[in-house]
This record gives sequence, structure tokens and C-alpha cells, in this order.
Amino acid sequence: MSQPNAEFWRWQEYHRIMPNKKWTNKDLITAGVDVGSVGSKAAIMVNGEAYSWGITRTGSNSPESAKKALDYALQDTGLRVSDLKYIVGTGYGRVNVPMANKAITEIACHAKGANYIWGPSVRTVLDVGGQDIKAIRIDETGRVVSFLMNDKCAAGTGRGMEVFADLLKIPIEEIGDISLKVEKEPEPVSCTCVAFAKTEAMGLLRKGWSKEKVLAAYTRAMAVRMANLINRVGLEREVVVTGGQSKNIGIVSRIEIILGVKTLPMPKWRENGLDPMVAGALGAASFAKSLYEKAQKG
Amino acid sequence: MITAGMDLGTQRVQVVIVKDGVVVSRATAFSGFDPTKAAEQAVEEALKKANLKLTDVNHFASTGSAVDMAPYANSKVSMMGADAKASVYLIPNARTIIDIGAEEARAVKCDEKGIMMDFVVNERCAAGAGAFIEAMARALEVKMEDMGPLALKAERASPINASCVIFGESDVVSLIHRQESKPEIARAVYDAMADRVSSMVHRLGINLEVVLVGGVAKDPGFVASLNRKLGISVIIPEFPEYVGALGAALIAATRVKGKQE
Repeated sequence: MSQPNAEFWRWQEYHRIMPNKKWTNKDLITAGVDVGSVGSKAAIMVNGEAYSWGITRTGSNSPESAKKALDYALQDTGLRVSDLKYIVGTGYGRVNVPMANKAITEIACHAKGANYIWGPSVRTVLDVGGQDIKAIRIDETGRVVSFLMNDKCAAGTGRGMEVFADLLKIPIEEIGDISLKVEKEPEPVSCTCVAFAKTEAMGLLRKGWSKEKVLAAYTRAMAVRMANLINRVGLEREVVVTGGQSKNIGIVSRIEIILGVKTLPMPKWRENGLDPMVAGALGAASFAKSLYEKAQKG
Repeated sequence: MITAGMDLGTQRVQVVIVKDGVVVSRATAFSGFDPTKAAEQAVEEALKKANLKLTDVNHFASTGSAVDMAPYANSKVSMMGADAKASVYLIPNARTIIDIGAEEARAVKCDEKGIMMDFVVNERCAAGAGAFIEAMARALEVKMEDMGPLALKAERASPINASCVIFGESDVVSLIHRQESKPEIARAVYDAMADRVSSMVHRLGINLEVVLVGGVAKDPGFVASLNRKLGISVIIPEFPEYVGALGAALIAATRVKGKQE
């Protein structure tokens, strides 16, 4: 933790094959590739059930990032790209997914993916990605009813959190827990602009605030922003959080307090559960299955 | 009568001393961690240049984002009021003033006496202020003062997400990796800022003449983009970064006169 050039923002890239799942040549195998501004995710489905996925950091070249994520999802599965019957691209870089048969917006894919992960009771999805925040209202089939998004400002996004992780020299995967290590919740920072919040945070550190307290004040301000977005689109239970920030317990628990509702528990992704960060890719793979079947019927 | 105006900004402190309606000296210092000390230094320097003592000053007025940390202050002046007063003093036909500092951008509408009528402020987002140019210069690895001349070499602007400093930074890094031209990236930075500023000005309505003040007024890259965007030529006074302090000193003089009468 003390190396001078440590990259505190860097989160772990990983791939997973669901245990006890197998594929045969008779199965319908589809893929979803979600090229986000910060992370690229790919998911493979066998007959519409999650089979494997890969999560990598997006590079400066979207087509390459898409290929990297898909190769990662296919790693150790025995599958090749040619085994995939249909591929849907989604996310910020969705038009740059060269192997995709079709591109679908990440809003539709996150809605579908949330429905797949948590089931038909989900009505509100908060997707916090690297470069935008979306509040999405969905019906029991996972279809989008309405949505609101903020894509003009880094406040509250994963990218903003990475900047803070670097500033405070705390690994990104620990900032949620550390932000909760305060006896009393401090006043939120007054600046939502990440550039200004950084200046404000440095001032608070100079005043003698602990890192935990500064992080709590920043996380609180970001949670307020996200809760406002949900309230504007209309809060309806059940509520879930997807995207990279779903793993930030500091954000999720504060949103619950501000809104006065519990979100549905996150699957145990570190063990063998699904990962809410892959919701968009899973939704895309699920659309791929329906689209393939529709095409077959003619 | 001698008055002093102190403008305590987020990055710099400016001091102007006015004697009987004429500027006699100017001085500046970095705000640093202690704006009070910075202002004391700037006042001392300005007094020395004008051959005056602290006790010669009839009235000290302060303005700026750290207005409450000003030393010697007899009164406070709003930043918009100071902009209006000084701009009309320098350019009598000024009716719209655009003031862009390190962390704030303002547009002010005023009358022929330099009285502020209306204003719009952006203080919540760094993308419309000098901090944006600074962050982008860092990402481009060019000196801040070289950014403007660099942008002037470009015929077009690169496509960047310039709505936010944080996103802009990552975009610039990937554009550099793709070996896009630096002048075109620099121009995109200024065009994006000019977009934001012009929408602020349009909310007020453009009344000629339009005057540009604040530290960013010295940046030729921004001035070119703003003129293109507004379709007019903005007027830039000499020493645009001292306009806030000058306004405070001029308003201080009217306050002293008001008491005397």
C-alpha cells in the first residue's frame, strides 16, 4: 500500500465460469458485450442462462476492448467466437463492437439484466457506471418504462470515485467500507463537481479531518445526487443497484438511508453468484437469445 | 482621497490603489493556504510602489471568493458589483461583462453608471472556468501559457467530452494515444468553454459593448473561441485580472464620499 506509484483506482479484472453448468453443441449459445467508458464486460449465456463472463478495463480503442472482454469471457470454456449464435453489443462503445450482430442501448440491457439477476419484482434500477448515472423504471418483464440520466458530469460516477481513491491513496475496492468507518456522518462536501470537491477535500485534510471522514463527506454528497435522480424518475420498490458502484457499500447504504428503502441484496459475486457489474452484458446476451430465435422463426 | 481594493480569489489575490479617481499602483500574490497573508503582502507591495503608508488609505474594500479573509477591510463589495463598476470606468460603453477566473465564471449586465442590473454565475462546475484549461494543459503536457497559441494553429477541433474536467482529462489522454493533433485538442478545450460561457451570456441577453475580464481574458485561445461563438469581438481592458480589485477600490471611494456628504 505504500509504494509511491500505486494505482489506487485500479480495480480487479477477472473472469468466471458458473459452476455446475455445461454446454453441448445442441445448446443455443449467445453473448452480450458491454463496452463501458471505464470497464468492458462480456457475458455468455447458454439457453438464456448465465454461463460465463469477463470484466476488463476499457482501453483507448473500443473494438479492441470489446474483443478483449469477449475473449476473457470465453477463456477456459472450450467455446470459440464461431460457436456464438448471436452477439449483442451495448454500452458507451456499443457501435464499436465489431463482432456484434446488433447494438442495443445500455439502458434496455441494464433493465433486462437486472430483471434476470433479481427477478420480476424489480421496478427501479440505479446503474452507476464509469461515466454516467442512470435511474431506470422497469416493468415485471424487465422492459424500460422511463429513465433519467446524468452523463455531463463526473459527480457520483465511478470515474469520480477513482479520482478520490487516488487522492486519498485508498484502494478503490476498499473505499466503500472505509467511508463507513466514521462515528458520526459528517456534513456532505458542498461541491459536487469532482474537480472542486478535490480542492475542498484537500482543505478538509489540511484542517485535520481523517481520510475516513473526508471520504464519508464525499460519498454522502454523491449518494444524495443519486437519490435525487431516483426520486425524479419516481421511486418504486424493489430497488436494485447495478454497474461498478453497486460494489461500493458506502454508496449503497447511504442511498438506502436517504430514500428510506432497502435495496435488494447484492448476489455474492465474490463466491459463485452473478455480478451486478455484468448486468448490462447479461441483458445483452439475453436479448441476443430472443433475437436469434425470432430470426430462426423468420 | 486614497482607497484600496482587494480581490481575494481562489488562486491569486489582487490589490489596486486608487487616488482621486486614478489608479496609482497594482500588486498581486498567490493565495496559497493563507489568503490573509497573501493579501497583506500584496497591499504592502502596492503601497510601496505608490510611495504610501497603510495609514494614508482612507478606505479598504474587499471582494472575491475569500472576501471574509481580507485584512484591513472597512467594507465588502460583491464580485458582480465590482466587475460592473470597474468595467464602465475603463470602457464607458461596457454593458455586458464576462468575468472568468480560476474556479468561477460570471456574466454581468450593467447600466451606464456601472451599476449591476442582472447576473448569471457558474460556480458549481469546473468545466466553465480557468481550472478547465489548467487541467487540460496538464493532460496535454503543455504549459498553461502555451495552450492559447497552440489552439490558434488549429483549423478544426477534436471531438472530446468537454462537459466535465474529469471526463475531459481521460478523453485527452486517449486522444494523445491515438496521436491526434495537440492544437486541435487544445482548440476543442476552448470551444467547449466558450460554449458554456456563451450560453450564460445569452441567458442575460447580449448588450454591447461586451467586455471580457478576469485572468482567462489574457488567454488568446479562449478569446478567439469566444468571439467565434458570440459572433462579436469582445473588448479586453488592460490588466483584465485586476478589474475586481479596481471595482472594489472605486466603490470604496464612493462610500467615503457618501459619508463625507
